[in-house]
Amino acid sequence: MKAYFTYFKLKFISSLQYRTAAWAGIATQFFFGFVYIMVYIAFYESGGENLPMSLSQVVTYLWLNQALLALVNQFSRDQELFKLIREGGISYELARPKNLYFMWYFKVIGQRLASVLLRFIPLVIVTSLLPYPFHFGGPASFSHFVLFFVSLGFGTLLVTALTVFYPIITLVTMNEKGIVNLVMTLADILSGIVVPIPFFPKFLQVISRVLPFQYISDLPFRLYVGNISVQDGVFGICIQAIWIVIFILLGNILMKRSLKRVVVQGG
Amino acid sequence: MSFIEVKQISKTFRVAKKKSGLKESIKSFFKREFIDVKAVEDISFSIDRGEIVGYIGPNGAGKSTTIKILSGILIPDSGECKIDSMTPWKDRVKYVKKIGVVFGQRSQLWWDIPAEDTFDLLKDIYEIPEEEYQATKEDLIRRLNLQDIINIPVRQLSLGQRMRCEIAASLLHNPELLFLDEPTIGLDAVSKQVVRDFIKQLNREKQTTVILTSHDMNDITSLAKRIILIGKGHVLYDGSLKKLQNHYETEKYVSIKTNDKLNIRNKGILKKTKTKEGYDLTIDTRILSISQVLNIISKKIHIEDIEIDHESIDNIIVKLYEDYKI
Repeated sequence: MKAYFTYFKLKFISSLQYRTAAWAGIATQFFFGFVYIMVYIAFYESGGENLPMSLSQVVTYLWLNQALLALVNQFSRDQELFKLIREGGISYELARPKNLYFMWYFKVIGQRLASVLLRFIPLVIVTSLLPYPFHFGGPASFSHFVLFFVSLGFGTLLVTALTVFYPIITLVTMNEKGIVNLVMTLADILSGIVVPIPFFPKFLQVISRVLPFQYISDLPFRLYVGNISVQDGVFGICIQAIWIVIFILLGNILMKRSLKRVVVQGG
Repeated sequence: MSFIEVKQISKTFRVAKKKSGLKESIKSFFKREFIDVKAVEDISFSIDRGEIVGYIGPNGAGKSTTIKILSGILIPDSGECKIDSMTPWKDRVKYVKKIGVVFGQRSQLWWDIPAEDTFDLLKDIYEIPEEEYQATKEDLIRRLNLQDIINIPVRQLSLGQRMRCEIAASLLHNPELLFLDEPTIGLDAVSKQVVRDFIKQLNREKQTTVILTSHDMNDITSLAKRIILIGKGHVLYDGSLKKLQNHYETEKYVSIKTNDKLNIRNKGILKKTKTKEGYDLTIDTRILSISQVLNIISKKIHIEDIEIDHESIDNIIVKLYEDYKI
């Protein structure tokens, strides 16, 4: 277990090596946050009807989205793992006395936590000082806040279980582009990172309810702003747990099968 | 039973056949043809504890594939392998605790951080007790001379410095068996020597069994008494290096420094060339011994200086490859 924690520590130390990249990341997040928010402001001012969330709820949702993007998005995949597979560094991975699936799982979590820790704090501090309508608001209630934390933790476990699939598939396909990219883009849209789920058309909302993706970030963010009741939140967390178990089991099975077919590239 | 028993291991890779050119590429996009490449076929050998074995063969002979099978990374299509009564690919997690691997062409060190941080990670991965870890680390730092480089981010190290750190990283858990896949690739003469001396010492003091592949025959000659030659996936020779050398070392080179003119004809002298300072002779020692040559020459001319050279191991290997048509 300690080894997995050390992975996280090293990932964190590694990402601290590139300070400029970290600052650039923060700047990007601010930029996209403002752009998204201004779109919604224009949308709300033009007088939309039957809007599922209040403007300040949407703004808070969007800032959470930006602050935690590195933690919950599908697209920031861990390049290191793909590089290992493409260039044959997988040899060393397999020469370690550890379950490869969980080694990779914790590498991905480490990567995500490390990059979010650098961005999250400055973003939250600055945006909560901003005036209306850009203000980042507090949680809806104490119990919402607690559920937000729990579901965010579960969401992180879920998104990690999903992203570990990509390198496992790459073990066989040898190239992470193509189908993996397609799945990732779809997954990002369906997880509410581009547009919050409540703004989806009805049929898409139904579809995304049976898929795992909205349980990554949409659930915790909507819990924070109070768009979901405490009761529904607890129910959602149970579904998260089920998905996590399913994906980790599937991942382990797939990993076992892929390893039988593994080819080490480059001699 | 030996420490390592390998029996009739075979492994075939399926490779997509692709001809060059746009038309062929488009064709293969829709319909792919595969060819089976036999990387290793029917490989058998056994190795005792404490041996250093040089595993040699030309590029693409199947050296690395064998190493990867023996270290539990690849699963062979058929055959058996028992190392310390474990099958590498079946008992992988338990087995790899006892072995160390160095792949000269790859890196296990984290690029952006100092090597010592990677060492700490390996300590946790191999669950090495703190005291044992500190002792082993100190020892490796001293022997491989790592004091000054262990705290520098790996990306700033030279290749030789990095390789020394790589080797240290593979030995932190005190493995009984060490696989070295081209550990000196790209290193300068001094770094190569450091690596060789270190491996020798390790084998002597800790009885570590070493399986070594290299294209630098000096690595093999200075470390391994026994070699296994592999070509096109088959074991072609398994035995002592000395025997192989004696068998192939039938030519010696004599350079003579003299001002006199040398007229000599003998079946044993294969080649005579005039140089600035004298003559170079190539002698077939099966026909003519060195002492005979000296005898003949010293009667004819005045020798100022003489140098006798034997066939380089590299040439022996070239001949060997030619003989086996690999």
